[in-house]
Order: sequence, then C-alpha cells, then structure tokens
Amino acid sequence: MQPIEERLELVRFRVDKTAHIRVNSEACRDCDTTPCVYVCPAGLFELLGGEMHFSYEHCLECGTCYVACERKAIIWDYPRGGWGVSFRAS
Amino acid sequence: MTTNQQFDTIVVGAGPAGSSAALAMARAGLRVALVERGEYAGAKNVSGAALYAPGLLAELLPNYWEEAPVERYLTRRVLSFLGQKSALSIDFRTDHFTQPPYNGFTTLRPKFDRWLADKALQAGASLITSTVVDDLLYQGEQVIGVRCRREQGELYAPIVIAADGANAFLAKKAGLQHEFKAEEMTLGVKEVLRLDARVIEERFNLTDDEGMATEYIGFATANVKGGGFLYTNRDTLSIGVVTQIASLAQQRVKAYELLDQFKQHPSVAPLVRDAVPIEYSAHMIPEGGWAMLPQLSRGGLLVVGDAAGFVFAAGLFLEGMNFAIASGLAAATTAQEAHAAGNFSPASMARYRRRLAKSFVLQDLKRYRRAPAFINNERLQNVYPELFCQAAENVFRSDGTPRRKLGRTIYQTMHNKVSLRSMLRDGWQAARALFF
Repeated sequence: MQPIEERLELVRFRVDKTAHIRVNSEACRDCDTTPCVYVCPAGLFELLGGEMHFSYEHCLECGTCYVACERKAIIWDYPRGGWGVSFRAS
Repeated sequence: MTTNQQFDTIVVGAGPAGSSAALAMARAGLRVALVERGEYAGAKNVSGAALYAPGLLAELLPNYWEEAPVERYLTRRVLSFLGQKSALSIDFRTDHFTQPPYNGFTTLRPKFDRWLADKALQAGASLITSTVVDDLLYQGEQVIGVRCRREQGELYAPIVIAADGANAFLAKKAGLQHEFKAEEMTLGVKEVLRLDARVIEERFNLTDDEGMATEYIGFATANVKGGGFLYTNRDTLSIGVVTQIASLAQQRVKAYELLDQFKQHPSVAPLVRDAVPIEYSAHMIPEGGWAMLPQLSRGGLLVVGDAAGFVFAAGLFLEGMNFAIASGLAAATTAQEAHAAGNFSPASMARYRRRLAKSFVLQDLKRYRRAPAFINNERLQNVYPELFCQAAENVFRSDGTPRRKLGRTIYQTMHNKVSLRSMLRDGWQAARALFF
C-alpha cells in the first residue's frame, strides 16, 4: 500500500492560514463509528486517545467528511477563493 | 450599486455546466459574470473524465475538438466483472465512432474546463476567478444576486445560475435541495498515470487518437459498494474507484487503499505496468439520480450540472459532463427568454425544467430511475461478478474430464451461492432497471 502522504505530494496546495474545516470535538468523544476517519480521501482525520485530530492543509475539497458524519460535527466550507487544492492533471 | 456590480446573469462555478451557460448567454448579448472559486477554471474539478455526446457543445463551438484539449475519442467501451482473481468482460469496439462529432472523448478537467471557461471569456463574459460565492442575495422571495467572500463582494443580476458543483451549497441555502445522506453520494478517487502514447495504443489496441473507457464492477472495490474505471488519455491513463460513502464508512475501508488493490488486480496490473502516477485527486459524485433530484429553480435562480444532481450512473453508463453542458445550455435559453420578456418570476424560471423534461437530461434520469438502487444491490456488487467469473472458469476449464453442457455448468456454479428465487428476482430487477 502506498502511504497517503506520498500520494498527496503529487498534489498542488496553496495553504491558507485559517482552516476551512472545523470539528465539534465534543461530539466526537463518544463516537464509535468515526466515518470521517475512513471516508476522507486524504486521510485527514485520526482518532487518538478518544480525541479527534484533523488537519485541513491537504484537503482535496470533496465534502465527503461532512456528508458521512452522522453527528453533523464537521463544519466544512470552501477555502478562500484561489486557496486550497489546485488540480493540474486530473 | 455601481455598474460593475450589475449583470444580466451571474453564473456561479466555471465547470462544464457554468461555462456552457455563460458562453451561450454572452453570445446572445447578455452581460454575464462567471464566478469561479479556483485560481483558474478546472482547478477544483475532477471526473473520469469522459465527455459523451460531444456534439452538444459543437452547436456553440463548431469542430471544437480540433483545438480543444480533448485527449482521445472513444471507440472502445468495456464493461468488466471482476472476481478476486479473474475477470469477465464485454468488450465493444466500433469504427462508427471514429468520425466527427464522435461519440465521446476522454478529457482532463483542469485543462478542458479552463479552455471552455476561456471560450466564455472570449465571447464577452466576465470571468472572475479565485472568488468564493458564500450566499445568495434576496429581495423578498426573489434571488437578486450573490455575496462573494471579499470586501464589497455583492454582485447583482436578475438571474443567478448555480453551477457550483456536487456540494450544491447554493441550492441547499435556497431551500431547493436537502442535506445529503451518505447513501446518495459516492466518492471518486483517481490517479493520473503517465505512460507513453505509443505504449497506450499498443497495450489497448488503439489506433492513433482512439481511446478506451472501461467500467469495472465487483472486486474492483472489494466488498464496498461501487466500481472502478480506467480511461485512456493521450499520454496518461485515468484510473480510479467510485464508492458509496455509506458503504465505505460501514466497511471501514479507505478509498485509496481500494484503489491500490484495484491497480494490483491481475487483470488490471498489466494495463498500468510502468505507468507513473503524476496526480492524485478526489471528488464527490451525486449518483442518487432521479430520487435525489432537487427543485431546479425559484424566482431568479436556476440550478445546473452536478449542483442539480445531473449525473447518470446506470452501470454501463457513467455520464455527467454531457448532462452538465445540456443543462447549462437549457438554463442559458431560459435566461435569454426571461430577459426578453423582462420576467424573472418563479413561473418564468420554471420553463427551465420543462425544457429539460424534453431533453435527455430528465428523460434518461427518469427512465433509468431504478438503476442506482439496482447497481447497489448487494448481490450485484459482491456476489454475481465473482460467480460470473467462476462460471466462465468452469466453462473454459479443460482438465480431461467429460464436459457438461453449458447451461448445467453455469446454473450449478450460480446455484451454489444464490438460490434460484433470488436469481429470478435479481433478473427481474435488472430487467426493470435497465431493459424495459
């Protein structure tokens, strides 16, 4: 299996200082299904010691995480115009 | 309000739907703003990406394929059932798809979408990139513009066309679309792999600019609901898996791990051998079809393309760009008529849906409305592909023992795993979904 980090190195990101993903981590605390961890195609979500950790920098901006989250704990919006992912060859 | 904030129509999103609409309206003399959140049109856009019914766009851009960044015209279509170690395919190839306007092209969206947006720009539309539209502006119930995420970001027009893609934020904010359920949406992940054009032609039996599109069902996505695809571009391959989001979460599998497995399948691995990944991408796809169709308009607002859920996912058909273009053009015509009559009321905007109802856009979605549920049938996804392969294996196996007749061999293979009752029921469902 190729690590996801290696794949993401092929993608161009212009990373904004402010995050476009927010997580209500209170709601994650007793979540046992954690769909976001599995569905995110960039592997941005990780549950460590009952605490949801996430990063926004390598977000591919598909929106799958907030659709999958049954608790609606993910607040997801587009990054600022011109920022975020820029696909070149897809 | 200054005149540089006032337009006849504002189009949100410069994908195929938005740019087609903007191009058509600019040609008709309307003042059009085409607002795109990417640093260039196509920067956020991903699909397979096969453009079917390419003649649609030729009405506005005759012979565009001579200059447009299209990759290869499709002459070979394959549907492949994957077992764990085997594959059974229907492989179709025709010389009748080799002449303009062709039957379909493979494209790479950042290039193709950028080119199409530039056509709208050349026709006189104002292309405003790097700009997110956060919300619609209203006067009473009537949509009168958009709010962009920037200082003094209000733009005004009597018609707004929401071409903002699969997440459909504007349609949701306008109360036209519901919050999506994980069963309605699929996630596509994809790699573009560099491979010499000559190698592609030899490997896939293609001549010159001919191309191939293969859809896979079965083990392509292990036990997750979905399928795989492999398309030939000029000197790259597009390979990916498309998975139902609910199923992915249920099975606790990552889509990119499925993609890795898919690339290693014995019938796929030789096709991508020595091909070097140059980009990885992902996108959400509204594959719910007819059942998740939103309201398509309200006063001053039309919804087009992915934002309206115009994706035709019916197993052997996997189309979206043509639906996007056709809906964009229908919206453009509706906007022109509305401007001519000076009427932007809900009734005037509703002419858009009636126009679509006469075209393949709504007719195909309606006619094949049972297909999305059928394709997600557990047995079709996870049992039959393997069984079809086993049946073929039992038919072709040559081991020096007496051969039974085909019917008995096939029936016994199938019946081992699925009852006759289930087979008949699934056959009936397939017939209803796809055949009549």
